[in-house]
Amino acid sequence: MRDVAIVAFAQTKHSAVDEGLHETEMLLPIIQQVKEQTGISRFDFTCSGSCDYLIGAPFSFVSALNAVGAWPPISESHVEMDGAWALYEAWVKMQHGEFDTALVYGFGKPSQGSLREIFNRQYDPYYLAPLGVDQVSLAALQAQAYMHRSGTKEDDLLAVADRARKAGRANPYALDLDDPAADAAYDVAPLKTHDVAAEADGAAVIVLAADVHARDICERPAWITGIDHRADAHSPGVRDLSRSESTRLAGERAGATGIEVAELHVQFSHEEFIVREALNLGDDVKVNPSGGPLAANPVMAAGLIRLGEAAARIHSGEASRTLGHATSGPCLQQNLVCVLSGESHG
Amino acid sequence: MPSSPNHVLEFPGGYTRSVGPVIGRFLSDLRDGRLVGVRTRTGKVLFPPAEYDPDTGDSVTDEFVEVGPVGTVESWSWVAEPLGTHPFDRPFAWALVTPDGADTAILHALDVGEYERGAKPPKRLKVGMRVRARFRADRKGEIGDIEAFQPEVSMITVPSRLEFELRPGKALDRFLEGMAEGRILGHRCPVCEKVIVPMGGLCPKDGVPTIEEVEVADTGTVTTFAVNNLPDPRAPEVPFVSAYVLLDGADIAMLSLVAGIPADQVRMGMRVKAAWKPRDEWGRTIQNIRWFEPSGEPDASFEAIKDYM
Repeated sequence: MRDVAIVAFAQTKHSAVDEGLHETEMLLPIIQQVKEQTGISRFDFTCSGSCDYLIGAPFSFVSALNAVGAWPPISESHVEMDGAWALYEAWVKMQHGEFDTALVYGFGKPSQGSLREIFNRQYDPYYLAPLGVDQVSLAALQAQAYMHRSGTKEDDLLAVADRARKAGRANPYALDLDDPAADAAYDVAPLKTHDVAAEADGAAVIVLAADVHARDICERPAWITGIDHRADAHSPGVRDLSRSESTRLAGERAGATGIEVAELHVQFSHEEFIVREALNLGDDVKVNPSGGPLAANPVMAAGLIRLGEAAARIHSGEASRTLGHATSGPCLQQNLVCVLSGESHG
Repeated sequence: MPSSPNHVLEFPGGYTRSVGPVIGRFLSDLRDGRLVGVRTRTGKVLFPPAEYDPDTGDSVTDEFVEVGPVGTVESWSWVAEPLGTHPFDRPFAWALVTPDGADTAILHALDVGEYERGAKPPKRLKVGMRVRARFRADRKGEIGDIEAFQPEVSMITVPSRLEFELRPGKALDRFLEGMAEGRILGHRCPVCEKVIVPMGGLCPKDGVPTIEEVEVADTGTVTTFAVNNLPDPRAPEVPFVSAYVLLDGADIAMLSLVAGIPADQVRMGMRVKAAWKPRDEWGRTIQNIRWFEPSGEPDASFEAIKDYM
């Protein structure tokens, strides 16, 4: 396997309200930032992750390339997924050996529509989408299934949200959310309002570099020692919702052991329990010190941000082995696990 | 939803999809009011059917199996404030339901008959609950042919009403005459000298007739009480308090409502006074007194009421 590292990471200050910026206007400053930081103005490969349904315009991701500077023509690709999967594509391309550097970004501006209803469009069109079922209702079904199996209570969920919001207030890029109230209203029961990730507009960008290039660019690169993604069946009725088999498998294949800090793409409080269990993360592992999506959820960038936050702990020397997790689809259907190390063969 | 959209993404009239033989068979049976699953090569019944086994990826067999009509709730979530795209505009549950005879679950709405928006999840909504599909009368061959699942019948409500014309008897008739004038009357027992309110024309203790009429005050003391959590049309709110009130001058406590004070602050020995309805609403009934309210006087001692409980 070719050594590839995350050498730079930048994100916007995520906002719960529309700040009047076009997607390209959100992206441009952070792309400029990593260009300056790495000293690279043209990358060998560029890959983005976003969702055209967020603004209801086909191929809207193409205009985001204006923020990269795509002339003369660049080698470029896009996934209609979170930016974490764009990173996976770039990593695979770099394994081929044809590229040494890659720019990866993800962006989302959910403030212009109804995210719950937009995500209904990704569900099975025969049995699920026509029901009008939404993302939060499906997540609440999973919460119920997990709580029923494990005996976890609403207060345990509240503790997750409480920790996330406190951490988020200390993170300049996350939202400033009040501590959750014990008597908070249900959103879709059993989930209360604080158990649902705080929607935000935002974007993030990561630079990957291979071998010596990584060492040239970054003092302490965050080497990708394992990365894998797996999917469960789409229908929530054919799998055990209280567990995440795809996360377990991806974690096993990515070599998720000896982790010090884990950044998990959990958009609902109960998901933290399910993902922690699937990755076998003990109490000694620091989970979501950034606050995670419960403190700011810029959709389509939030998974990539987990990988970026995990890498930033290595860049700073704060940790030597970290994990970034990203998810996609209803009820944690698809999961990506990326293990990062300060040592290239760590 | 944006309150005033300036951009809409839509396929006018809806997007047309072919369904293929497996889903098509399911939807055709659904239109006939039947639930069918399909058997996988490993012998499981996949419901609702898909062309492949989600565990192995193998094609399913061509054996369709009728399942249900009753099923079991595997998980649920409760929507107290439905979205515009939801199947109900009042609270409902989403549920995963495994019909009897099937090995997998269907996601659908579950209607438990809640009408008040914002309502909390009802206690009877549980994993393991038994439910069955409620079909629409006009079915088209789509998943919405099931309007919703609904709980199995576990209770019925039976009409129950008899009508009477009751007479109070002479003594009580006299008591009600007093009530119509805003007076509370009782009888003094010639043997034990206790004052009985309302009077029945006899002393239940001594078994002798009573005739000596006495008027008592509309103030008194709570001797004992209960907090009621089931609504009653006569009570101001839930919870409410029903109490024995020993009227000043009487020797038998009278059952009445106590209001004008939070239920958890009512106490034995509390002094109360009658809250009369407006005079033009008075009739020959004890309900001229709506309830008793705190009078603000200091509480009576336990000694003063201990013989009346």
